This record gives sequence, structure tokens and C-alpha cells, in this order.
Amino acid sequence: MVLIRRVEERAAELYQQGLIGGFLHLYIGQEAVSTGLVATRQPQDRLITAYRDHGVALNVGISADQVMAELLGKATGISKGKGGSMHMADVTKNYWGGHAIVGAHLPIAAGMALGDKYMDSDGITICMFGDGATNIGFFHEALNLSKVWDLPVLWVCENNQYGMGTAVDRHSAVVEIRQKAEGYQIPNLRSDGMDLMNVIAETEKALEHIRAGNGPYFLELMTYRYRGHSMGDPERYREKDEITRWQKNDPIGIYHRYLLKEKIATKANLDKVEKEVETEVEAAVEFAQNSPEPAPEELYTDIYVEGS
Amino acid sequence: MAQITMRQAISDALWEEMERDEKVFIMGQEVGVWGGTYAVTKGFYDHFGEKRVRDTPIAEAAIVGGAIGAAMVGLRPVAELMTINFAFVAMDHIVNEAPKLRYMFGGQMKVPMVIRTVGGGGRQLGATHSQTPDAIFAHFPGLKVVAPGTPADAKGLLKSAIRSDDPIMFIEHSTLYQTRGEVPEGEHLVPIGKSVVQRPGEHVTIATYSKMLQVSLQAADELAKEGIQAEVVDLRTLRPLDMDPVVESFKKTNRAVVVEEGWRSYGVGSEVTARLYEQAFDYVDAPIRRVAQKEVPLPYNRTLEQSALPQVADVIQAVKEVL
Repeated sequence: MVLIRRVEERAAELYQQGLIGGFLHLYIGQEAVSTGLVATRQPQDRLITAYRDHGVALNVGISADQVMAELLGKATGISKGKGGSMHMADVTKNYWGGHAIVGAHLPIAAGMALGDKYMDSDGITICMFGDGATNIGFFHEALNLSKVWDLPVLWVCENNQYGMGTAVDRHSAVVEIRQKAEGYQIPNLRSDGMDLMNVIAETEKALEHIRAGNGPYFLELMTYRYRGHSMGDPERYREKDEITRWQKNDPIGIYHRYLLKEKIATKANLDKVEKEVETEVEAAVEFAQNSPEPAPEELYTDIYVEGS
Repeated sequence: MAQITMRQAISDALWEEMERDEKVFIMGQEVGVWGGTYAVTKGFYDHFGEKRVRDTPIAEAAIVGGAIGAAMVGLRPVAELMTINFAFVAMDHIVNEAPKLRYMFGGQMKVPMVIRTVGGGGRQLGATHSQTPDAIFAHFPGLKVVAPGTPADAKGLLKSAIRSDDPIMFIEHSTLYQTRGEVPEGEHLVPIGKSVVQRPGEHVTIATYSKMLQVSLQAADELAKEGIQAEVVDLRTLRPLDMDPVVESFKKTNRAVVVEEGWRSYGVGSEVTARLYEQAFDYVDAPIRRVAQKEVPLPYNRTLEQSALPQVADVIQAVKEVL
């Protein structure tokens, strides 16, 4: 979580310096959600998310070097500089991206889960999306299909309170998003997404339910992004106080207090992690800046499968 | 060789590929218990079972999106969209997901999926159910678009499409299912991305595909009675488009007509014509003509509908204009 935060804080600076192009959607404040999901999943469990994906990429083990290089559009980036901020994946880590059209990856996730069921694998597809994605048709088609076919998929709504700048109660007829899953008879739960240990506990239960052959499960995790929707967000839709209130409930803070209280780590341990992360992030920035641009011929590769 | 219908040829291709490879399965509306709304998958549900012949809700984004996901993790789905008119509600997955995933993620993924669908007018289904929007789909790099005009090609191209590792839109024509033709039995593969001369001739080149291939062949028969020998080139695949046989033919005839069922504006005819001018300008003896659908939503009334669709007489007239 500390690594995610520092990578993204640095990325924001690089964006402002004009070194990162396009969109940059920061995950700061929401780190506990994907950290808990990734900590709990088994190797055969697939993960797929939306465009706010740097944190997820780092959590599955894509290096800070590869993430930073992708943000800078370099050949050494995880997607060879052809995907950018919103399109990071590493299929060798069972992480299927980074998808930029709101809600469009939900039917794809259902299909991946169908693949596992078809092939008699006990893998589960964990599909993350925001509260804003739950109003689009894709969401409803995918949830319905997952229940009709009893697919092994864990739907995870990261409810960060806003679809871009529109608050949940202004964009969704039901404010409690989990009720939408109720409509498809998918077992569901709304829970705290700021407390890592809570995310882990609830994810464990959900995965167990699905792995027992009970079909899909829906988890709504309450969280908050401290930064704007993307870098060009004027943030006219909320008061500073609201952000400060949530920051008191910061996922890293909660987790660190837990580690200290349970005597799992000492202050010295945590300080050491912070230092190591700083070094890692600076090295990643240096790596990315020194990496080559994609070769001109990369323009024409990876469109079709060679020889197909 | 056996004379079979287009319907049978497509059905045979699917059946053989499903027998050959466990990873091939069908999903779509009414493909199973019903047997397919055009009866292409009749008998499949009983033989292959509900796991491999999957009836879906009427939810096209879930059909195509689901097929993409299954393809990404190693299966070979054949997703059926009952008609191409319904593809518009799955447009994001067809043009914005399937063709781009491999590229965007630097070659990490592949999407070996076939979308089987049916286009074309002439059945009095009204404006929303009668379209031939093939060119729209051919606009997108990363997607391949195949549209056969004969039973043999339908079988051979569909088998190749199912074996391909790329996402493919396979467009059948609703009025061609009863068309008969010779089809080699068993293993018959036709390469994707290869145009072919379906009828040799020396006076004029007609480039066309799908239903309009049949219309063009009839026109060529009529023209032959008047001593005009038209060379008919079947494009078969709209992307990647193989211009070689068209250009080669044009260099011989110096005159060309491009025939398509879709609307003229921004269509297949526009593309083929532009490429002929670009690639063989020195061989042009007459302005190239395009035959296409009138620029109106297709009406229900049979007479009006037929008057909007390209007919044999329209092709003959265009040929005479370029001669």
C-alpha cells in the first residue's frame, strides 16, 4: 500500500511535468481494496479491473519499474508502452488488466469465469469496478449471466462515492449498490474497504462461498479516493472537509496501527519499509526515464497473431 | 462433390470443428433447444449438450463480451448474434474490446473468437432488421471480417475462422441459406484474407462479395449472352482486404464495377474503387462504377424494398456504362 501511494504521488508530479500523457487516474485512498483481494486470492484466481489500475498492477507483482515505464510510454513498460495508464496487465500473474470503457470488462469477466467452469478449473475470476459502473447495461447483463450460468466470479464494487464527479445518490437509484446484486439473487455484502484486515476477512468468506460451487458473489467495499477522478478534475463536487474526514480513516494508517497494536511490526520496521519504498520509487523513475522509446516498427506489431 | 446448401455447409463446418476440438463451443440466442433461428445449429444441442451449445439471454454485450473472456483464457467460442442488426448493441465489445486487447497489452493476450452473424435485406423485415453494415465492422484494425458468397467458401472460411487466433466477424447473408453449391467433403479450409476469381472474363472486372456475388454472377451470365465477358472477383474477406486479384483483373480489363448490398456512402465500393485508382491508375479506361443500395432506410413494402436493393439489372447497366 505504501508502494502504491508513493508510486502514484510521484506519477502525479511527473504528469504535471508533462512526462506522462493521456489520463492518469490515481488510486490513492483506495489501496486496501485491491491489496486485500490480491492477498487473499489463490494463484488460479484471475483478477480484472477498470482503468484505475496502477495499484492493482503493483499488488499482483508488476514491478514499480514496469509500471513507471508504462506511464512514461517506454518500451520496457508492462504493455510495451502501447497501453499507458489505463491498460496494464500481466497474464503470467493471472492479472487481465486494466480496462478503460466503464463496465465493459464485466461481461469479459463473466466469460473468463465461464472458461474456468468449462475447463473444470477451480479458479475464480475477481472483477473490480467502481460504483459509477453499476448503472450501465454491461453491469446488468454480466450479473444476470453470471447467475443464470452460476459462474465462479466475485464481483467487487469499489464504492468510492463518486462516478467521476457525480455522487452516488445523484447517479444511482439505489444508494446501497449491493441491492442491485440482490435483484439478481446474487449473495452480497456491503463492508468497509478502508480496513485491509476487514477486506481480507470478507474476501476469504466470499471466495470460499464461490469455490464451494455456489456461483457468483457480490462484495461492495466502501472506500474513498483522495485525489480527483483524473488529473484534470476541478473537484467542484465536494468540500475539502469531506476529504480530510476520510483521510483520518486512511487505509495505510489503519493497517499500521493494527501492526503496531498486535506487535507484528515496530515503528522502526515501518520506517524502514517507507525508506525502502522511497528508494524503489526513485529507482523506478530513473529506470523509466532512461528506458528507450518503443521502436517505430512496434506500431505494426500485436495487431493480429502472427501466422493466424 | 456433393451439392449442398449454404445452411448445410455452415452447419457442417461448425459440427466438424466441434468434433475436432473440445474447446470450440457455441453461445447465442436460441442456438440450443430451438436449433438456431436459421436452423444452422439444429441437432447440435442433442449431440453436444448444453455445456457446448449454450443458450444465452437476449443480451448481446454479454454474448460477445462473454465470448471474449472465454477466448482470452483459452477456449474457442463461436458467439452467434441472431442478426447483424443486433451487433450494434454489442458494438463496444466487437470494435472496442476484441480487436484492441492484444495490441493494448503489448501482445500478451489473444482473442480466438468467431462472431457468427447474419446480415442482408430482402425479407421484408423493415428498416431495423434488414441492414448490410459490413463496412462498418471492416473499419477497425484488429478485427477480421469474412463474408462468404458460396457454400464451399462458407464451409472453408468458417473452419479457418474457428482455427484462427484472431477475433473474426463472420457475416452470413439471410437470403443465401438455400443457395446450393458444390462443397468438398471433410477437411476443406479456405484461407482468410484471399480474394478469388469466381468467373473469368476479359471485358470488365466486377468486384463483389456475399449475396451480391450471386447477383453479379447472374448478371455475368446475362452479359455473356450479349458477348460481354465479365470477370467476377469475390472479395470473401473485407479485412484484411486482398486487392491483388482485383488489381490483376483490372489491369487486363481496364474497366470495373464494384457491387455491394450496403449503402454506397463510405462503403466497400468506395474502398475498392479508391484502391483501384491508387494502385492501377494508369490502367483506367473508364470511370469505375459502384452499384449499391439506395440511400434510404429499407422499407417494408416488397416492391419498395426490392427497388432499394441492388438487382441484376443494375449490375448489367453499370457494366454497360463502363464499357
